[in-house]
Amino acid sequence: MNVGSRKVPGSVLAGGLFLLLAFFGSPAPEVKWIDLAGVWLTAGALAGVLVLSLLGSTSSLWSRAAQLALLGSALLGALSLVHLEPISGSAKMGFWLLVISLGFAVWHVMQRFSQAKPKAVWLQMMFRIIVPGIFGAWFLAVWELVTIGFGIPRVLLPSPGLVGDAISGSLNILAADFQQTVVRAVIPGFVIGNLAGFAAALAADRWGFLGRGLLPVGNLVSAIPIIGIAPIMVMWFGFDWQSKAAVVVIMTFFPMLVNTMSGLRSAGAMELDLMRAIGASYWQSFLQVRLPTALPFIFNALKINSALALIGAIVAEFFGTPIVGMGFRISTEVGRMNMEMVWASIALAAVSGSVFYGLLAVAERRATFWHPSFRKPS
Amino acid sequence: MTQTVQPGSAVVHTANLSLEFSTDDGPVHALSNINLDIAPGEFISLIGPSGCGKTTLLRVIADLETHTGGEIQVNGVSPREARESRAYGYVFQAPALYPWRTVRRNVMLPLEIMGVSRPEREARCAQYLDLVNLGGFENKYPWQLSGGMQQRVSIARALSVEPELLLMDEPFGALDEITRDHLNQQLLELWRKTGKTVVFVTHSIPEAVFLSSRVVVMSPRPGQVIDDISCNLPGERTLDIRETPEFLEIAHRVREGLKAGHSYDDD
Amino acid sequence: MTMINRLVHQGTFLPVLTVVASLIVIWYAGAVYLNSTQLIDRYQKKGVDWDISRLAQDAWKMERPVLPAPHQVGVELKKTVIDKRVTSKRSLVYHAGITLSSSLLGFALGTLLGIALAIGIVYVTTLDRSLMPWIIASQTVPILALAPMIIVVLGSIGITGLFPKSVISMYLCFFPVVVGMVKGLRSPEPILIDQMRTYSASPTQIFFKLRLPASIPFLFASLKVAIALSVVGAIVAELPTGGQGGLGARLLTGSYYGQITMIWSALIVASVVSALLVTAVGRLERIALRKLNGGQAVAV
Repeated sequence: MNVGSRKVPGSVLAGGLFLLLAFFGSPAPEVKWIDLAGVWLTAGALAGVLVLSLLGSTSSLWSRAAQLALLGSALLGALSLVHLEPISGSAKMGFWLLVISLGFAVWHVMQRFSQAKPKAVWLQMMFRIIVPGIFGAWFLAVWELVTIGFGIPRVLLPSPGLVGDAISGSLNILAADFQQTVVRAVIPGFVIGNLAGFAAALAADRWGFLGRGLLPVGNLVSAIPIIGIAPIMVMWFGFDWQSKAAVVVIMTFFPMLVNTMSGLRSAGAMELDLMRAIGASYWQSFLQVRLPTALPFIFNALKINSALALIGAIVAEFFGTPIVGMGFRISTEVGRMNMEMVWASIALAAVSGSVFYGLLAVAERRATFWHPSFRKPS
Repeated sequence: MTQTVQPGSAVVHTANLSLEFSTDDGPVHALSNINLDIAPGEFISLIGPSGCGKTTLLRVIADLETHTGGEIQVNGVSPREARESRAYGYVFQAPALYPWRTVRRNVMLPLEIMGVSRPEREARCAQYLDLVNLGGFENKYPWQLSGGMQQRVSIARALSVEPELLLMDEPFGALDEITRDHLNQQLLELWRKTGKTVVFVTHSIPEAVFLSSRVVVMSPRPGQVIDDISCNLPGERTLDIRETPEFLEIAHRVREGLKAGHSYDDD
Repeated sequence: MTMINRLVHQGTFLPVLTVVASLIVIWYAGAVYLNSTQLIDRYQKKGVDWDISRLAQDAWKMERPVLPAPHQVGVELKKTVIDKRVTSKRSLVYHAGITLSSSLLGFALGTLLGIALAIGIVYVTTLDRSLMPWIIASQTVPILALAPMIIVVLGSIGITGLFPKSVISMYLCFFPVVVGMVKGLRSPEPILIDQMRTYSASPTQIFFKLRLPASIPFLFASLKVAIALSVVGAIVAELPTGGQGGLGARLLTGSYYGQITMIWSALIVASVVSALLVTAVGRLERIALRKLNGGQAVAV
């Protein structure tokens, strides 16, 4: 179908169609759309998003920005609608058709932003963030709409709103859990485990015999579920953070060992020949050539280990803890069916994990800017 | 002495053809005002320094790039229609063979895609592998062959489509001098036997003059044609011809053209 | 001499043997050290004269050691793997079977999900831009922490048994598969894609004749990582479901009753299961690559 010379995108057609259909259904039993003032905001904003794609200046930045703002209003409108007395818990077909239409609009706006090729570099960066941002917002919105709209019992799946309340209502507990699990167990364990793995790799590199023995063993260990060591560590080192740190040390040791070893071996023959030709010592050639070429491998191990360390500490807490810690919180609150608190802890774990990973990624970018995967075309 | 070809009968016909890329630093004129007619049966070389648009021109003919101005026809239709009717065979700089397919199955790949029947595929594969002197290597994998042999497989594959037009983008650029000479002779032989139209991109003057019935010299910024030389060397040639005065004269003219068009302030 | 020289300076047999042997020696020494406090305490209470050899002997045959000696774990393994009937609830083979089935189901589901997502990401730009960052972020979330909740929530809506455990394995598995498959499907050089265009091949033909075969080596590299993860997922998922069995449940039971030998033997069986699975995938990889490449892994 064409308007003027322009082809109408399928997502706009579908979105418009569902928006129309929504008004033939009713939003909730014995309620008409006309009775709900808020609907006009949602539907109007939604229609605006779709119509903007049919207008002349669709390639301009302003049209995209306007679409984004309208989409945001439509999402907020739908979220406020679902919390209204008649709809909450008993939303009917009309409402869900509206949500589907909203879904097509979301898809359409993501499409427009991901197909756009702005000239300015900062805009490109913005667009790279906006698209996953829209997706994340939509994911949370659907979660909220579905849990509230269908009235899903909160012991099954609490809405993001309730989880948010739980987070803001128990900041003290979460901070204590963070302190116990991340600050006292994960960070020391991560540091010790990585240093030990790195040192072992250096030794293995210096003495080839040891290296040839350790690499196959290290590879074998990477295939086994090492997390099973957790209950043993809890019995050896007690319930407090020491046993968790020990699990983290063991889990992070082998990835660092194996990666550093293969990193140190990755130096090119030509570069090494050059070092030999200018009479460099073992340590000179190590510092100038082999360590820099090993850095990407070492960062890879650090990133793998950041996820493993958090997992190790949390799972170890399932086997026994003092009454604080993220793993402890999750397992006890599951037992009490207090799901908001469980999700709050999971959110805390997710944020800690992402921040941890993000910091490592930034450090990697700084330290290995010369690596092909980071090079920017000049 | 520019050639004139009847527009209707031209295999490739371009008029004021141009192509602009837009980049962060403003537009780049990859091709500008190209007027070229290629007659059936010609062996035409596009020669020039890197960045002169010779490969781009070949890719426009093959519909791997789209021109932004002027017009172009391949076999009297648009490049896109020509591509969709599989009117040409294309040989890339690298052999571009599939490591998981044997030589035979590599040659048969385009035929499979076009839905040619199995017996026909087998027959053509055998025929064209023989033509490039690779009979007996059907069941080898490409990585078991030398670079020159791999490029011959890739030529056999382009021929197996039985196109009237063969587009070759520096096919021997990555090979050593000796292998290249050998393949040049074989290619010439092939051209005489099959009478196909060949458009050949190269940056080697001896190669261009030795192979071609016509050499088109191009220069960069903007990519344009600066000379169009026909070579009236005898049809039967050996490598010795490269020492004859006629050959040297043409080579000299090509070199002069390249010099004239080349600005030395570049990269 | 030359024979010995070659063994020391080349190959991995002797070095690996040395490393494994020293690990066992360290283990025995560790058993003496870790159990000594308890034993010396006991000696002093009873007023027994003791020396190092007596201590070592006693440390290696303690009823409830802090660290059991390797041979004690061996005896426990023989008792629970070979002597018990496979159907018995005390047989580790029975428990390994439970863990194996849920990790295999999770592995299969995760692989399918991963491949489907990768195809979507490679072919739909919007999915690439919107989904890929979240897929990467999903792995910085310690998903194993979700295990107890997923089990309990799925259990409360009547879904129990194999499937909830497989969900955890699936979540761990899909990530390496997505990443590997996206890389693999994008691995063909531009020249090969151009070539397909010159044949005016359809998108389906490009997928089946070029992208898919090119991705197979990447897929298998990911599968080897994924299958090891699926075992981890299954074991952790078994922790909150103690009653239903599985190696994870054995770990938890051992930890409740202070049975360290039981934990060690469960751990070793888990390692064997995992190593066997990884080896099996490795074998499959070799067969597949031989079919594909005539026996050689070649980058496209």
